[in-house]
This record gives sequence, C-alpha cells and structure tokens, in this order.
Amino acid sequence: MVEFAFWDILRNLLQALRWTVALSLIAFVGGGLVGLALLVARITPSKAARAFVAGYVQLFQGTPLLMQLFLAYFGIALFGINTSPWVAAALALTLYTSAFLAEIWRGCVEAVPRGQWEAAQSLALNFREQLRHVVLPQATRIAIAPTVGFLVQVIKGTALASVIGFVELTKAGTMITNATFRPFLVYGCVALLYFALCFPISLYARRLEARLRPAH
Amino acid sequence: MRVTFDFLAVLSQWPMLLKGVAWTLGLTVVSAVIGVAVGVACAWTRSEGPAWLRAVAGTYVELIRNTPFIVQLFFVFFGLPAAGVRLSPEAASVIAMVVNLGAYATEIIRAGIEATPRGQVEAALSLALTRAQVFVRVVLPPALRKVWPALVSQIIIVMLGSAVCGQISTEELSFAANLIQSRNFRAFEAFMVATAIYLLLAIGLRRLLNWAGPKFLF
Repeated sequence: MVEFAFWDILRNLLQALRWTVALSLIAFVGGGLVGLALLVARITPSKAARAFVAGYVQLFQGTPLLMQLFLAYFGIALFGINTSPWVAAALALTLYTSAFLAEIWRGCVEAVPRGQWEAAQSLALNFREQLRHVVLPQATRIAIAPTVGFLVQVIKGTALASVIGFVELTKAGTMITNATFRPFLVYGCVALLYFALCFPISLYARRLEARLRPAH
Repeated sequence: MRVTFDFLAVLSQWPMLLKGVAWTLGLTVVSAVIGVAVGVACAWTRSEGPAWLRAVAGTYVELIRNTPFIVQLFFVFFGLPAAGVRLSPEAASVIAMVVNLGAYATEIIRAGIEATPRGQVEAALSLALTRAQVFVRVVLPPALRKVWPALVSQIIIVMLGSAVCGQISTEELSFAANLIQSRNFRAFEAFMVATAIYLLLAIGLRRLLNWAGPKFLF
C-alpha cells in the first residue's frame, strides 16, 4: 500500500482534471461544428436531410453514451486501426454532443417567429440569406443560455470515457482508490472537483437565461 | 480491408440479453417510482418548506446535477462501505439512480408547481383545505400533467444512464453485452445489439409513459 497524503491525492486529481477539461473542450467544439452542419440540414426544405438528422438525433439521444463509447472504441479497431482511448472518446463525445446541440439549436431556430422568415422572404432574400441575416442572429441570442448549460452535460459525459481507459478525473480517482484504499475520500474529492467545474457554468447559464430571455 | 460481422454469435446468447433487459427495466421502474416520489417531496420542500430544509434540498439538487452519474455510483458503491454501509451492486445501483433522478425530478416538478396560478391555491385555502391537502389535490396534479413529458425524458435518461451500473457488476443489459463479448470476442456486434435494444427500450418506454401518465396518474 502506497502512503498518499491528502495533498498527494488532490494534486494527482487536479492533474487529471486537465484531461477532463481538454476532452470537454474537444467534444464541445467538435460537437458544435458538426451540430451546426446538422442544424442547417435539419431546417433546409429538403425532406431527406431532415429525416436523416431526426434519425441521427434519435439514435444518439436514445442510446447510452457508454455504448456509444464502446462502439467507437471497438468500431475503430474493427478497421484494423490501432485505437487509443483518446481518439475513441473524442469521436464518441463529439458525435453525442453534436446530436444534442443540433436538437437544442433547432428549438431555438423554431422559437424565432414564423413571420420573420416570411418577412425576409418578402424582401426577396433567398433561403441562405434569410437564415444568415434574419433568423440566425435572433436564434443565436436565444441559444446562448441553453448551449452554455449543455456544456455541463458534456463535462459530466467525459466521466464515462474512464470506462474505455481514458485517464481523466474519474479514472484517476479509481486508480488512486486502488492505491490508497480510501474510496470515500477520493470519490468525494472527485465529485467535488466536478462540482467546482460544473456549478459555476450552471450558475452562469442560469444568469444568461434570466438576462437574455427573449421579449414577448 | 474486409470487415465481417457475426451477429448470430451474439443473438444466440439471447437468454443472457433477456436477463439484462429485465434487470435494466427493473432498475428503471424501481428508481423511477421512488425517484419521482423524492422529486415531489423535494419540490414541495423547495417551494413551501422551512428555510433550512429548503437550503438542504437546494444543496442536494445542485450537488447531484453538477456531478457525473458514474461518480455518484462509485461513491455509493465503493465509498459508503468505508463509512460502514455495505451494499450489493444492485442496491447501490438503485440508490444512485434514485438519488440522481430525484434531483432532476425536483427541478422539473418545481417548475410545474410554480406555474400553478396563485389564485387556485388561495381559492382552495378559502374552502378550508389544509396546506397539505391543497398541495396534494390542487397544486400537484396539474403541475405533474404540465411537466410529464419532461419527467418522462428524464426517466429515460436515467434508464440509459443505468448502462454504467454494469461497471460495478450489476447484471443489467450492458453487463450482459460485456459478458458476451468476453466469451466470443465479438465486441462490436455485442455492443451493437445492446445499443439497438436500448434504443428500442427508450422508444417503447417513452410511448408507454406518455400514454399511461395522463391515463392513470393524474
């Protein structure tokens, strides 16, 4: 048994926290880009594109993130590519995030009154111009608060990457527990670190929501 | 690069999968019932309870909503024995799921309660109903009806989240998939099948709850 002082435990956990943050950022940025593409496909007049995105969202929202991680991990390996947990976790979390963001943002676009589209159309703007100059600026405003709030879900989601061997905060907690036999303390610290990361974001999202609530 | 699939090797293990599905659904039903009850209790506390209790419920909700389910599960299963509480994997899973759902349900139900017009409460009070009667008969039913779709979504999220419980060897669906792949090395196929079953369960459960809620609950 290794003698770990409390400070050693905390220091190791804080080092692992970096990877939680890094993975969250990758998933959030990657998911945001893919989600934006999905959003555009979802609101185009094309029926096939809309059905595809609806199915995609259903698939990722209706299955456990853990299974998605496993499928990414073993799916990449299936093609003979040597998988690292990094690649699998980043891929799975990006796809997962993109599905949720596409759905959140669709709600925001739909919250823009139909009359705005029609007014833009009556000004002879085409679909792209209507979207770019009239609808998206308004939808973006509505979308900021729920998007920031969803970041908390992404951060919590990265904890599952520990299961495929990605050494982030949760995995580090398990490893330190195995070395110190102090699960109560270690997992307590892990939980508090996640809380310290997520709670300010939750509060910020709530404040944004109160401030940016669209006028009726 | 040729990739061959062998789904039959996985599907032939259907008794194991079936047992996993039964456990997943069992865990979900038990934690949904208790979790929603916890949510109602905490929502009442947060809107009507004494100040100190309100603070306790608020802390509980924020703590749970801002930490990952897997950490909550590990804390219950690995952490609590150190404090003298020894739990079976199944018990730990149910507790973690109840605690998790309870926190989200609190916020969902509270939103419904706050949407109840003040005048209805005053009208009921003027009919000489007690505060508890007003809550159970006047405030809660329309509040639940209003937020039922959100509550159903949260129950499904918890059902999908229960896949993590396999990590502490609760024998639910993802555990079954893991067991099957460790026997026949068909990892991708095993998780593919499990994922498909989860999707079907999620769709079925949503339909069932959206139909049953308004019919039987309120």
